[in-house]
Amino acid sequence: MKTETGYVSGVNGNLISVDFEGSVRKNEVGYILVDDKRLKGEVIRIRNGVISMQIYEMTDGIKVGDEVEFTGELMSVDLGPGLLSQVFDGLQNPLPALAEKTGFFLERGVYLDAIPDRDWEFTPTVQPGDSVRAGSTIGTVPEGLFTNHIMVPFTLKGDDWKVKTVKEAGTYNVHANICTIENGRGETRDLTMVFTQPVKQAVKCYEEKLRPTEPLVTKLRCIDGFLPVAKGGTFCTPGPFGAGKTVLQHMQAKNSDVDIVIVAACGERAGEVVEVLTEFPELEDPKTGRSLMERTIIICNTSSMPVAAREASCYTAVTLAEYYRQMGLDVLLLADSTSRWAQAMREMSGRLEEIPGEEAFPAYLESTIASFYERAGKVRLKDGSISSITIGGTVSPAGGNFEEPVTQATLKVVGAFHGLSRERSDARKYPSIHPVDSWSKYKGVIDMDRVERARGMLIRSIEVNQMMKVVGEEGTSNDDYVIFQKGELLDAVFLQQNSFDPIDAACVPERQNKEFDLLYDAMTQTYDLPDKKDIRQFFNQLRQEFLDWHGTEFESEAFKAQEKKISDLYMSKVAR
Amino acid sequence: MQKVYTKIESIVGNVVTVRAKGVRNADLAMVGDSYANVIKLDGDLVSLQVFAGAQGVSTTDEVRFLGRPMMVSFSDHLLGRIFNGAGVPRDNGPALTENMIPIGGPSFNPSKRTLPNKMIRTGIPMIDVFNTLVESQKLPIFSISGEPYNQLLSRIAMQAEVDVIILGGMGLKYDDYMEFRDTLEKGGAMSHTVMFIHTASDPIVECTLVPDMSLAVAEQFALTGKRVLVLLTDMTNFADAQKEMAITMEQVPSNRGYPGDLYSSLASRYEKAVDIDGAGSITILGVTTMPGDDVTHPVPDNTGYITEGQYYLKSGHIEPFGSLSRLKQNVNGKTRNDHRALMDGMIRLYAQYKDSLEKRSMGFMMTEWDDKLLKYGELFETKLMDLSVNIPLESALDLGWEILAECFAPNETGMQTALLKERWPDKSAVA
Repeated sequence: MKTETGYVSGVNGNLISVDFEGSVRKNEVGYILVDDKRLKGEVIRIRNGVISMQIYEMTDGIKVGDEVEFTGELMSVDLGPGLLSQVFDGLQNPLPALAEKTGFFLERGVYLDAIPDRDWEFTPTVQPGDSVRAGSTIGTVPEGLFTNHIMVPFTLKGDDWKVKTVKEAGTYNVHANICTIENGRGETRDLTMVFTQPVKQAVKCYEEKLRPTEPLVTKLRCIDGFLPVAKGGTFCTPGPFGAGKTVLQHMQAKNSDVDIVIVAACGERAGEVVEVLTEFPELEDPKTGRSLMERTIIICNTSSMPVAAREASCYTAVTLAEYYRQMGLDVLLLADSTSRWAQAMREMSGRLEEIPGEEAFPAYLESTIASFYERAGKVRLKDGSISSITIGGTVSPAGGNFEEPVTQATLKVVGAFHGLSRERSDARKYPSIHPVDSWSKYKGVIDMDRVERARGMLIRSIEVNQMMKVVGEEGTSNDDYVIFQKGELLDAVFLQQNSFDPIDAACVPERQNKEFDLLYDAMTQTYDLPDKKDIRQFFNQLRQEFLDWHGTEFESEAFKAQEKKISDLYMSKVAR
Repeated sequence: MQKVYTKIESIVGNVVTVRAKGVRNADLAMVGDSYANVIKLDGDLVSLQVFAGAQGVSTTDEVRFLGRPMMVSFSDHLLGRIFNGAGVPRDNGPALTENMIPIGGPSFNPSKRTLPNKMIRTGIPMIDVFNTLVESQKLPIFSISGEPYNQLLSRIAMQAEVDVIILGGMGLKYDDYMEFRDTLEKGGAMSHTVMFIHTASDPIVECTLVPDMSLAVAEQFALTGKRVLVLLTDMTNFADAQKEMAITMEQVPSNRGYPGDLYSSLASRYEKAVDIDGAGSITILGVTTMPGDDVTHPVPDNTGYITEGQYYLKSGHIEPFGSLSRLKQNVNGKTRNDHRALMDGMIRLYAQYKDSLEKRSMGFMMTEWDDKLLKYGELFETKLMDLSVNIPLESALDLGWEILAECFAPNETGMQTALLKERWPDKSAVA
């Protein structure tokens, strides 16, 4: 590793100017030596021979003339076995280990290894003489539920590399040399189970990128049925504060049908991370029956941690996601919230005195957001297996107004928009995703035509409701009133879901279909109800029966009995 | 060794620039006889923010660098004392210099936090029953100017069951400051209170130091196992002070003139609220006045994204709808078995009361049910919502049942029969 040194010539918040002669790369990592500490930073601009670095730590105490060490390497993360179920900060420092070392507070300048130093049971999958390239698997180690692939570093250049030697099956330390590869020119590389990967470069060691078509089941009716997300797709969840963004994301993290979940808590409350940390180890992964934590990685850069590291945290998260995708797994990355990430960019841009764009966000906001979401995708790997990264980001628009730069830039690049509404959350209608304003370009688990028709009825119902606010119930015709009630029924029993009810909280696709079929049938009937009181009573009763149905175990006797009860109830009132 | 420089190159707003060598970022200095801290270094140009304001500073004034960052003394001697934003005593007591600790310290390691699960009793039914305050919660009181938010804060300070109270006043009117002091002294709470007060006439830089001073002290108390309640009033003044300084420093403003790091600077303060694994806790109650009752104004808006709910103070009482304590679920299941059901049920009926009220004002016919609701709403507002009510949680719950029984038949309340049987005051009424 080269270590060249420069000297601090200016400090402005977390932006440091450095005088330096010699070669320096943009985005390379450097350390500022302050007292006995080394503070990590990244080169973000070189102008007129002066280097600007953003520092991932508090810059108190730095003085002009302090030494700066350049590493020549880009901002990277370590990839290898042992990452699962860990909690990292935005720079991939394991937080529990950090707590052991520095106590209650996050002291600056302390960086620990992300990969636990331990032995693993290694089984080679290649033999000397086999061709390998970036991303090829050379062996496997079992990690909890998963088979962790030991791979050739993604940054390896050239395609004429061959395995020279590889260790036999056995137990090796994670940092032990297990394989040596050689290329046509006789250069050799020693490989361990760990390698580094720059976070801002997308990993492209796959054969081709495919269209996301398969639905990603979240077990939330209003998403899977009405506003679906696809494996390898992208979606965003903007909403004002208190509308339930984080609760919704936690529901998705718990119930989604994927192999790995990466939660990037980016600039949000530390308390929410603590909730995940206390809750997830207790919860069972519905797919494997093991603790949910075993499939989860948390990247946690809460709002009070240094801003520059917040910017890095989203990249760290997506790079880890790409690592697992490369093993043939389906990964869900949940970023909460991308607005804080964008604000981190804005703070830096302001310090760099760049010309501001809308609301002082930098001009490159849109392209940066786009390139982040574009790292999602379903791919066919070189060995033919299919895997995916799905990215879901929350957005926290100022004042709950979606006409702001971050929301708008995000909407351009995502495949589904789950807009949360204040009115719905105030009325305690959860999930508070607005069923009409939101949209999705993906295919869901329920027949799309009928969903479209149901949505049409919902829109009509909302119109009638608006009208009713002006003319009163008296001025509304019975037919319109029925339309209004049907829409309300759909909303109450299908779109809303009780996340605190153990059964209703997770609704499998088969059940969603069954429930939708019955509901749709009930909604498309013409009823013989003479006046508004009858209509109201009938629909109240119907709603109550549907809600009781939600509480029954799927395909149990009670479930079937309740299904019959509902259909008998509404059939008895159908006009003949 | 203290170096003295006497050539001030520029004075803009509260920022002076001097040529000096070997100065560290964020170090403290004396400019004339006021404290100042280093906010920017550019070669040998050092920019300093003068706490007492740069008014009257001369280009030949002495600048002495103290070689240490801003600190505050911490010991039990702080209790009962009043300081200004720079840590200088405002009462007539001696200056404290022992055990100096830096302010604005590093962030708490999330993996050392515990899930908040202890209720703080305040004796105010609208808080205890409907939006329970939880230890380590950070909660703002959203209010428009003119509402009695400072009275509410001092009531909470007097009644809350905590070990230490730290009051951070920013841009306080002088009479408000006096009122706080007198109320706490009279109520006997002063002996476990520390005050950091910046009044509206004090230099603006000191305003921005108040939260950091308060929270640094709070953190030390919490580490010794104390349950600390930090009251900050008014955070909008703090944000405005930040805005003023950012604009003077020619930073690009982001939204309505506020600096781009408004969210981060508010969050780094509010996030100091913590329940420490194996030690005490910090709970933060802040006041955020909303200019023009506009919750989308940058300060309340950013605050709402940071804090765990909000109390919404409107026309003299805590509004049941806009208010929310996100952590109440963590505690209100363990208080009394009827707490949650009563909370939900009463709010639901109160919402219906509001509808009836609207109906009445629009001249629609009032049904018998409407009349019941109107009676209920009035009783609810006078007996529970009034800010002067001071009763323990259990009595408040009992009172809730009494109000319900006075207005409704048991089956009209929409509550479970089992609970009604247990709690309805007139048992014979429950079939």
